[in-house]
Amino acid sequence: MSTENLTPDVAHEIAVGEASTKKVRRRDERSPAMSFLLHFGLFIALVWSLVPPIWAFLTSLKPNDQAITTELKIISDPSLNNYVHVLTETDLPRWFLNSIIVAFFTMLIGIFLSATAGYAVSRFRFPGHKQLMWSFLITQMFPMAILIVPIYNIFARLGLLNSLGGLVLAYCTTAVPFCAWMLKGYFDTIPIEIDEAGRIDGLSPFGTFWRLVLPLARPGLAVTAFYTFLTAWGEVAYATAFLTSDSKKTLAVGLQTFVGQFKTEWGYLTAAGILVTIPAVIVFLLVQKNLVAGLTAGGTKG
Amino acid sequence: MSAITADDPTAPAPAESKPPGRLRRSWDRHWYAWAFITPVVIVMTLIILWPLIQGIFLSFTDASEKNVAKVIGGREIPATYDIVGLKNYIDVLTGATFWTIFLRTIIWTVVNVFFHFTLGMILALVINRQLKGRALYRALLIVPWAVPAFVSTYMWRLLLTDNGLVNSALEGIGLSPIPWLSDTNWLFISCILVNIWLGVPFMMVALLGGLQSIPNELYEAAEVDGATPWQRFRHVTVPGLMSVASTVVLLGSIWTFNMFAIIYLMASQGQRNDIATLPVYAYDKAFTGIRQYAVSSTYGVLILSILLVFAIFYRRALAKQGEVW
Repeated sequence: MSTENLTPDVAHEIAVGEASTKKVRRRDERSPAMSFLLHFGLFIALVWSLVPPIWAFLTSLKPNDQAITTELKIISDPSLNNYVHVLTETDLPRWFLNSIIVAFFTMLIGIFLSATAGYAVSRFRFPGHKQLMWSFLITQMFPMAILIVPIYNIFARLGLLNSLGGLVLAYCTTAVPFCAWMLKGYFDTIPIEIDEAGRIDGLSPFGTFWRLVLPLARPGLAVTAFYTFLTAWGEVAYATAFLTSDSKKTLAVGLQTFVGQFKTEWGYLTAAGILVTIPAVIVFLLVQKNLVAGLTAGGTKG
Repeated sequence: MSAITADDPTAPAPAESKPPGRLRRSWDRHWYAWAFITPVVIVMTLIILWPLIQGIFLSFTDASEKNVAKVIGGREIPATYDIVGLKNYIDVLTGATFWTIFLRTIIWTVVNVFFHFTLGMILALVINRQLKGRALYRALLIVPWAVPAFVSTYMWRLLLTDNGLVNSALEGIGLSPIPWLSDTNWLFISCILVNIWLGVPFMMVALLGGLQSIPNELYEAAEVDGATPWQRFRHVTVPGLMSVASTVVLLGSIWTFNMFAIIYLMASQGQRNDIATLPVYAYDKAFTGIRQYAVSSTYGVLILSILLVFAIFYRRALAKQGEVW
């Protein structure tokens, strides 16, 4: 099916067939009942989306030992004690720092390495182009299950386990092809005429890339960087397997220590969770619009 | 053949008047493209290709915690595992475990992606209309995507725990509480709930983008011609959305298939065997209890072969949209 089905003739027949019997509702018209239904539906969706974080927030304000009680209270003795506790008496600040270091360097390496490659596959057709695109595509969807065991064993031999640098290296296995893929999508949206103009003015291919294309791709770079950062920020599998000592843990591993086999420290866990989430949510809301365009690049061009 | 190559003064003048060799010409034309990709190729070879080959190799051995190379107290102990050929594959593929987990992974993927897509589509259609507070709805509905997956998992565990908010609400309206986390069947459903919660916003935003890229003139034309809302949806919206929809469904399937954090963190170690999908099971084989690296690698290779099928479909979807490579 395609939009060609709406050639005037066909649409006219539809119109003759329908319009004679009843008035067709236009797009921007709707009954009050319909309006109510739409808003009601959205309200349900909002409740569904927001209750988990809101409830976690409310729980984080309760005393740790009263987080879960048989008698359910929305609020009881609200205080910031849990926050004070996790920030001063646990390794949370350290884990925060570790997560920031790991995510930041993964992002930096991912972007720097892959920007030129993304540009090359976007602009040039060269022997190896097809193979490179395939390897970007496939490695992005690589399950960690295939790489984690060999990487673990290689790292064990090199002494890179339980180190933040090793973790960054492991994250680069997904970050590099992902960044290259995303950036290719962004470079595709920059008209090739700009490159041609640069070449005519005597810039080398590298000059064209560095001086003309890269500045124009800045929003794309920012979004790719941010998404790479968030992926590393939330990664669980590698971090859990590789990081063993408390001082090396990232947030995703560290928070697991609040979950005991028999007892979960809900007050501390929710306080830490809220602290982890707030910065992520704020930045996320700022860039999300560009993000989707990048992730589905190619899909929106058709 | 490019003019630049022929005129290149740096090209060595061949003894005969033969044009420079194919390799040479190819180099002159493409050297900068290759220079651009060199860093990535080197790094990907070192950190992806090399481990991948090792992983495939391990799947043909009996490597485990006991016999791999390791460093103990500064002394290097060499690996002592043997090559066992296809034994691992035969064991895995003829045993019941793999197929049970395989089936579970398929159910996991299909159910999740179905709900992601359906709910995301409905929300996108609603938000795409003229609506008061549209921007606010959109911003708030996106929150689940922004919360890191491991935090979401804990948030949901808090809600679904025995005396948690959800069970209290159920009791409040006169229903009996549900063992969301203690019964493994319910636990699997809980995991799906969490993953649906997590995945809908991406679909919603992506499909909304698709909806907004459909030219308004098409709707106007349809309206002028008196098409009903259903006809407008069927003949304008659906075809216009096809390419975005197929892309996000494929991406969503891959992401869901590979999802690790939710299942790993929702279940206790004892429960995990009963709800593990393939990636979680492979991980547990390698890092929980006795470390069976070889078996884990075998699972890894099998998972990779399944994902290659996705990749082929994805590639085809891209090709349909005019992407040529």
